[in-house]
Amino acid sequence: MKISLSEVEHVAKLARIRLNEEERTRFLKELNSILDYMDLLSEVDTIDIAPTTHTQHITNALRQDIRRASQPLKDALTNAPETVDNTFVVPMIIK
Amino acid sequence: MEYDVIIGLEVHAQLLTETKIFCSCSTIFGDKPNTNTCPVCIGMPGVLPVLNKKVVDFGIKLGLATNCHISKTNIFARKNYFYPDLPKGYQITQYENPLCEHGFLDINVDNTVKRIGITRIHMEEDAGKLIHDLKSHRSLIDFNRAGVPLLEIVSEPDIRSTAEAYSYLMELRQLLVYLEICDGNMEQGSFRCDANVSVRPKGSVSFGIRTELKNMNSFRHVQRALDYEINRHIGIIESGGNVLPETMLWDAVSNTTQPMRTKEESHDYRYFPEPDLIPVVVDDAWIEEIEKRLPELPRDKRARFVNVYGLPEYDAEVLTQSRSVADYFEQCVSLLNSPKEISNWIMTEVLRVLKEGSEDIKTLKVTPEMLVSMIRLINDGTISGKIAKDIFEEMATTGRSPELIVKEKGLVQITDEDILKDIVREIIENNPKEVDVYKKGKVQLLGFFVGQVMNATKGKANPRLTNKIIREMLKQ
Repeated sequence: MKISLSEVEHVAKLARIRLNEEERTRFLKELNSILDYMDLLSEVDTIDIAPTTHTQHITNALRQDIRRASQPLKDALTNAPETVDNTFVVPMIIK
Repeated sequence: MEYDVIIGLEVHAQLLTETKIFCSCSTIFGDKPNTNTCPVCIGMPGVLPVLNKKVVDFGIKLGLATNCHISKTNIFARKNYFYPDLPKGYQITQYENPLCEHGFLDINVDNTVKRIGITRIHMEEDAGKLIHDLKSHRSLIDFNRAGVPLLEIVSEPDIRSTAEAYSYLMELRQLLVYLEICDGNMEQGSFRCDANVSVRPKGSVSFGIRTELKNMNSFRHVQRALDYEINRHIGIIESGGNVLPETMLWDAVSNTTQPMRTKEESHDYRYFPEPDLIPVVVDDAWIEEIEKRLPELPRDKRARFVNVYGLPEYDAEVLTQSRSVADYFEQCVSLLNSPKEISNWIMTEVLRVLKEGSEDIKTLKVTPEMLVSMIRLINDGTISGKIAKDIFEEMATTGRSPELIVKEKGLVQITDEDILKDIVREIIENNPKEVDVYKKGKVQLLGFFVGQVMNATKGKANPRLTNKIIREMLKQ
């Protein structure tokens, strides 16, 4: 086993996902089988290969620093559950 | 027991770009909430960020100015956490291979130069602004700031005192402002600082447990917070306790640091390469292009002002605080080779007027030409230094030339010995008691007679000549 049940719980918590007993056991199995599969890749010799972050061989897709119109305010706030003075209102969270 | 203090600083500098780092929305401060947003910076699914080239330019600029190695290949990463000011649920930042690494910044502490290492400088996006409404127990979010470009500048733990931390921050801020990549405004949050602090018994090699210090939004708060935190650590150690590796928030109301309440998981960011942004390759040509346009840096300018113009260190320091003041000084010196005299006028009158008004030196009514003309009038004896102060004031409000002011107000200095002698004679006659006391040896009374002459001439008497004449006539 690559990971334990408590790690599954930890990851679920980080992703704000609530899992029930049955789901926890199922994900433990599924995640472990994914990680086992990854072991296959470790068998390939990659000593001379730089880590791949992107599969496309293009670089430097850059934008000039030129301002363009933003979206209308009402569009920006469309998905807000509630608004006050053009702000999104959410339950108070203090770090 | 004596302790070593170990401080490392993390600075977030908001960049002076027109647009955000990954979209074309405006970065302007103070607009109506959420008006500068678009599907990219508000975190809609399916959108693609595109990097603003100027952010990379600015990063390279600062990297070169802090003697860093510039990374050839740059990738971005996702830093995952949930917080309402972060619309996507992750911040796009750099993790591996930051844009700049292994640099340093020299600072001055107690007249000695100290080198502070720069671990890394990387590009990232700012989060939105949260306003907590304690009464209704709600938080209000404005995403105008979300996606504003930042450079995060991380120092090595080379800082050994609060004074050094202050000096480092001042030096770094000045550099950012000189490079015109950040306005350095700490109160408005465009220059923010977090600190890592630990203490250890003097001579010990291993580090003590460190705490992270946040929420210090002025230079004064940084100093106070660091002092408080250092003393707190020492207090805990001396009472036999252990410092906990916590994140502390500075509370400017109680002047204390308080532990930030967060769950342990919040630091589990699960960084991974940002798939939506392709790598940025910085080649030598790009670096050379930036290097060519690099302005003279504050330290170099200070040294040159001392070496070339023969100014005292103090003058050089004051004049180079801002690039525009330094330029003003140099324009004056190019018109009149009298650096110290010009420096004196700038450090006193010019900076005072700038401080009192909201004026910028570029819009100051007293141009370098006018200041120099005025100094020439002093040097050729047309006006006295005292009158010059009034003329300066007049120039600053009306913008009229010193020659015109002198002519209109009849401020030409009296240098005619006969006229001055007549005035002195009259004053001697009218003040027999003072003359008597002076003659009995109380020579400090000279000032009294000079003052009388100045009153009688409305300050126009040439001071040196006046002094001489009074001395001579009182000898008789």
